[in-house]
Amino acid sequence: MSVALNRECDLLIVGAGPAGLAAALEAAPSGARIVILDDNPRPGGQIWRDGPGVRLPRAARRLRSRVAAAANIEILCGARVVAACPPKALLIEMPEGGALVSCTKLILCTGARERLLPFPGWTLPGVTGAGGLQALIKGGLDVAGERVVVAGSGPLLLAGAATARTAGAKVLQIAEQAGREALVRFGRGLWRWPGKALQALRLWSPVYRAGSHVFEALGDQRLEAVRIRSADAVLEIACDRLACGFGLIPNTQLGELLGCAIVNGAIAVDALQATSIADCYAAGECTGFGGSELALVEGRIAGLAASGQPARAAGLAPQRERWRRFAAALERAFVLDPVLRTLPTPDTLVCRCEDVPYAALAGCRDWVEAKLASRCGMGACQGRTCGAAVEFLFGWSPPAPRPPLFPVRTETLLRLADRRHSPPARPAEPGR
Amino acid sequence: MPELIVNDRPQQVAAGISVAAALARLGHGTVRISVGGAPRAPLCGMGVCQECRVRIDGRLQLACQTVVRDGMRISLETLLGQGGQG
Repeated sequence: MSVALNRECDLLIVGAGPAGLAAALEAAPSGARIVILDDNPRPGGQIWRDGPGVRLPRAARRLRSRVAAAANIEILCGARVVAACPPKALLIEMPEGGALVSCTKLILCTGARERLLPFPGWTLPGVTGAGGLQALIKGGLDVAGERVVVAGSGPLLLAGAATARTAGAKVLQIAEQAGREALVRFGRGLWRWPGKALQALRLWSPVYRAGSHVFEALGDQRLEAVRIRSADAVLEIACDRLACGFGLIPNTQLGELLGCAIVNGAIAVDALQATSIADCYAAGECTGFGGSELALVEGRIAGLAASGQPARAAGLAPQRERWRRFAAALERAFVLDPVLRTLPTPDTLVCRCEDVPYAALAGCRDWVEAKLASRCGMGACQGRTCGAAVEFLFGWSPPAPRPPLFPVRTETLLRLADRRHSPPARPAEPGR
Repeated sequence: MPELIVNDRPQQVAAGISVAAALARLGHGTVRISVGGAPRAPLCGMGVCQECRVRIDGRLQLACQTVVRDGMRISLETLLGQGGQG
């Protein structure tokens, strides 16, 4: 039944955020058959996440409508990559079933996720990521009249707070862990990116506090209050929600699974966004955090390079350089304070899937020992959340991803038998 | 308005919203009970953390990445004695 879901294409793009959409649009005039996969219900990625009542920026609407108008681009939403099937096919799972997508070239635009760090109470309902709350609101979560505290680090805090406010929430405090001096230095350099300076001014909030961090979330079955520490005070704020994220980390799992070289936690790419493996490119946040402007230009370069237009791709290098400098400035400004490593108490859960407390990990030497002793990182999220936390807390390298990349249905795995290039396997059993 | 059947109870929700948003609007602040017995709710909002996995039409799916559909049946684990309104 689901063989019909299988696809063959010239160019497969994983991720329908700014990088993936821009890559598809640049490659489309070549006539290549292009498929874009995304695990979200609608295209746009995180920054251009669409939903009921969401008003997308003009650039996003324009890009999406141009992609939709291209007859040779197909977008599959709700499609999650489960495994790599060499040579050049991915096993995916969609609501309708599993499918193999084979391609000649591949562009990874798998984006980034939030770094979520453990502190007492962080597992209480009502505590979300900062971008997490933003995403949930765009999906229709009603926060009107709710008291929200935003905390963690990075520009996403201001963006998340703005989304919550627009949705009718009362944002009581935005606790940025980076110090005031670092932020002032960052702000002074913003004239080089006038659009970003304007954005910062627009998002600015009088409740923004540099040099402060949440160290405890309080509540019984649900969040009731948070405690925030700054250099000179400890504050307890009653609230309904805490939106807390400590910057972004590249989603490298699929790249790693394919064998792409990883440098500094991101998929390594050359001047044409090519990864270390043949016919595979990467663009956007999975190659290092940098924001949508960088993702767009990287996506364009990857799309041009993957469709045989290296000269035009190379012409975009100066633009990419400009946004890479912005990314570097961000990285310098929002360095995580080592004091955040001291937030978990012995019974604070670090692995939320397997409920593994800090105390069970503190004596371990590395991931392997931690996994064997405690099942840390072996639950449903496969270490995506605790892996990044533990890397920050203990300096352990995150566990290497293994297929299936996500919990998956057995029928999906059966699609592996459809592989064209493999010798015919056992004939299908009747009645299955 | 689509109708969801949550723990056998039919309830109407706004069209186009995520299951995560719908459950919160219907008063289900908790969507899952952790292996240690604690209440959990959506965390990352983007399909990474798996905290919002709920049984939709018999299959475990992520509430944050699933859009409501008329007739969808959702079953939530409940804490003892809390009737799922945790």
